Amino acid sequence: MAFYMIGERINGMFKDIGEAVAKFDPKPIQEWAIKQAEAGAAYIDINVGPTAADRVKSMRWMCEVVTEVTDVPIALDSTNYDAIEAGLEVCKPGALINSCPAERPKIERVFPMAKKYGAKIIGLTMDKSGIPKSADMRVGFAMELVAAADEFGLSPDDLFIDPLILPCNVAQDHAPEVLEALRQIKMLSDPPPHTTLGLSNVSQGTPFRPLINRIYCVMAMTCGLDSAIMDVTDDELVDAIATADMLLNNAIYCDSYAKVFRNR
Amino acid sequence: MPVDILKEKFTGAVQEVVLGATKEEGGTRAYTVKLGGSSTLPFLQFEGAIPNRPVIAYEIWDIKPEWHESFEEYYGDVWHDPVAWAKKAEELGADVIYLHLKGADPELENSKKADDCAKTVKAILENTGAPLIVEGPGHPDKDNEVLQAVAEAAAGENIAIGVAEKDNYRSIAAAAMMGKHCIIGRSPVDINILKQLNIMITEMGVAPEKIINDPMSSGLGYGIEYSYSIMERARWGALIGDKMMAFPIICLAGPEAWRAKESYAPLEDAGPGWGEQKPRGIMWEAMTAAALLQAGGDLVLMRHPEAAKLIKKHIEDLMKPNTY
Repeated sequence: MAFYMIGERINGMFKDIGEAVAKFDPKPIQEWAIKQAEAGAAYIDINVGPTAADRVKSMRWMCEVVTEVTDVPIALDSTNYDAIEAGLEVCKPGALINSCPAERPKIERVFPMAKKYGAKIIGLTMDKSGIPKSADMRVGFAMELVAAADEFGLSPDDLFIDPLILPCNVAQDHAPEVLEALRQIKMLSDPPPHTTLGLSNVSQGTPFRPLINRIYCVMAMTCGLDSAIMDVTDDELVDAIATADMLLNNAIYCDSYAKVFRNR
Repeated sequence: MPVDILKEKFTGAVQEVVLGATKEEGGTRAYTVKLGGSSTLPFLQFEGAIPNRPVIAYEIWDIKPEWHESFEEYYGDVWHDPVAWAKKAEELGADVIYLHLKGADPELENSKKADDCAKTVKAILENTGAPLIVEGPGHPDKDNEVLQAVAEAAAGENIAIGVAEKDNYRSIAAAAMMGKHCIIGRSPVDINILKQLNIMITEMGVAPEKIINDPMSSGLGYGIEYSYSIMERARWGALIGDKMMAFPIICLAGPEAWRAKESYAPLEDAGPGWGEQKPRGIMWEAMTAAALLQAGGDLVLMRHPEAAKLIKKHIEDLMKPNTY
């Protein structure tokens, strides 16, 4: 079992990317695509950000410019499914749709689209009423997503369940619930779905972001986390993940294990 | 009620390595052999592809070896002459000839020089058609010198040279790359060192289809279970996509079996129920090789021609397709 790092940096929320999207300047986007690919990203997340005038057009364009410089598959990050579909049209099969909550109309829009384009899906353990607090509720939503995958002809292997971590300085009691949810999600099916987290969320608003991200990621990996949307250029974080992956016996130890992890 | 056979699904496969080069490929070998390529555990044809059967190499030396007297009747007439010996090995059914350049050992009187070794290799290539593996004398400096000369002399033939080890791989890898040969990387029954060695050899620029691994075999009764578990773990790594654990594996079954007392002890020194030395020695080697094949060996090095024959038949039986 491998660990999939999803590079979070090409997001219009960041100033350089936001400006690039506004001006249709491919340079910063392509530079970050290459940099994240070299750091070992398994997917490169693309989010047009809140300021893009035309999200459909911007998403398609961003996918095109990233595809020009790397073969690493793209994670299409949007709540606008037309924008995601526009991106899927220009991506190779194997892209990742980020994301779909456990809400029926959205499932019916996203899952057939994933099937059509050979894409995978990040499924969120929430519905209209928001993020549940308990592990049990999270697992319930995960079950609905796994059942939906089966219904629409996708394998659990095509699904990345995100049990949704919240900032520890806002909702500290969620952190252990997410860990328990991860354990149970991995027992939902055979093969089990993948799991993922928007890792940087956990440290939002604290002055110790890298440390908290790193520690929580390793804790979550021992509970079954096998992917994260994260800063793949944070070397200490990647080293921690590579080490945890090796200690979980997912990779045979050698002195260059951390380098091998990045070069997969 | 139909029974559903549980099948593992793997994402990786053992790297395929071609040994030898025919005339069309720039060499003079009569044929080539392919090592590795499997996408499942050994002999589980129902679960994945096993495109190439395990290969049998015959061991020859460049000087007369101090082997047990029971080898005399097979090789006594040829073991003073490596070319004649190589031809005989080929007649006896060797897929590959494995030449151990023991005569270049610097601790021997009249130790052979690198040039002599290169000449021997050239003469063997001129007189035989089987792909060739050449192992140096086992002294780092001399290995480097000898294998460089051998790699030059055999340019175009796509032989395999070895052995490269963690503290002595650079010159051998360079020689292999210059002559476009394969390289054998060896680690002392240590999977972590083996993986690191593969990374270092790869970082030097050796192509994956030119790398063969020798994780070091142990003889039956003398730690073969350690070799077995390391080979099993390496194969598992290969099958789940670890490319640095995916190189085909050679097993020195013959030399290891004949280090065991059980293979050579005469009847008067034998343990209870051991029986006559002659069949016992052959069986000891064949059983050692059979165990190493089950562990995932892609090439077995054999010493006794009768043991090699038994293993050939055994491989044929194991390669019959099994389906469920």
